[in-house]
Amino acid sequence: MDVDINGRRMHIDGDHKTLAELLEGEGFTGIGQAVAVNNCVVPRAEWTNFKITDGMKLTIIRAVCGG
Amino acid sequence: MSDFSERYSRQIMLPDFGEERQRRLCDASVLIVGAGGLGTAAATYITGAGVGHIGIADPDVVSLSNLQRQTLYSEKQIGRSKTECAHERLREMSSVSRFTLHPESVSEENARELVRGYDLVIDCTDNFPARYVIDDACAAEGTPWVHGAIGEYHGHVTVFNYRMQRRYVELYPDRDALCSLPRITGGVIGVVPGVVGVLQASEAIKILTGIGEPLEGRLLTIDLMTMNTTFVEY
Repeated sequence: MDVDINGRRMHIDGDHKTLAELLEGEGFTGIGQAVAVNNCVVPRAEWTNFKITDGMKLTIIRAVCGG
Repeated sequence: MSDFSERYSRQIMLPDFGEERQRRLCDASVLIVGAGGLGTAAATYITGAGVGHIGIADPDVVSLSNLQRQTLYSEKQIGRSKTECAHERLREMSSVSRFTLHPESVSEENARELVRGYDLVIDCTDNFPARYVIDDACAAEGTPWVHGAIGEYHGHVTVFNYRMQRRYVELYPDRDALCSLPRITGGVIGVVPGVVGVLQASEAIKILTGIGEPLEGRLLTIDLMTMNTTFVEY
């Protein structure tokens, strides 16, 4: 399936991945990050059950602390 | 025309703003935590807009490397307290706002006392522990706060603990991991905290006067290199 991650179209092997599996497969630790699917943040506790489907748009936001 | 009507005439003449909302600003109090890049930008417009009582908290002194982005300060102020120097400039801008200086860091020990008595907090800090402490204190005191944070060329803005009572720790649950990161001095283009700090002031004015749609439950990210902005709901 194809998904959009931070504005880049990416092909992901397999059609039955959860958000947690997708992030791990793409090398994102999730630490200090908020992840939105189709512009809505998915709470951390739901990552292991949240099913990713073809065409979804992921936005991975890394917390920053500069001021 | 009274000084009040003349000073704030460009806001009062706005049909959706008017004298009544201007008076709300004049009756309001705001605590700005951090008087660096974000804080000096936010403080400038919070003062100009007419917020009646402004608290500024920062333990640092002005240094030469601040002047590239911290626009309230001057070369002759290097080595002096940031809160004092910010106050000198801001009171020249407006003699009608009242200022309270807190030359200290926000910590678990003092945060609730610092926040108490202010209608709203603007988070202009430069580290994760301070942000989680502000999150806790504002939740305990029932105080809305405007979060702003920057990276090298980009920034984040959102509103916590307002009507939806959203928390920073819910958006970023990895408190221990983020708070244990080593503190590093990162590079930044001076305009980045300027843009983000002014957006924070704008959100504060919206909340205090009840106009517009504050960024509660929505996180704005802005990349000044591409000018791409995103909004995610949380």
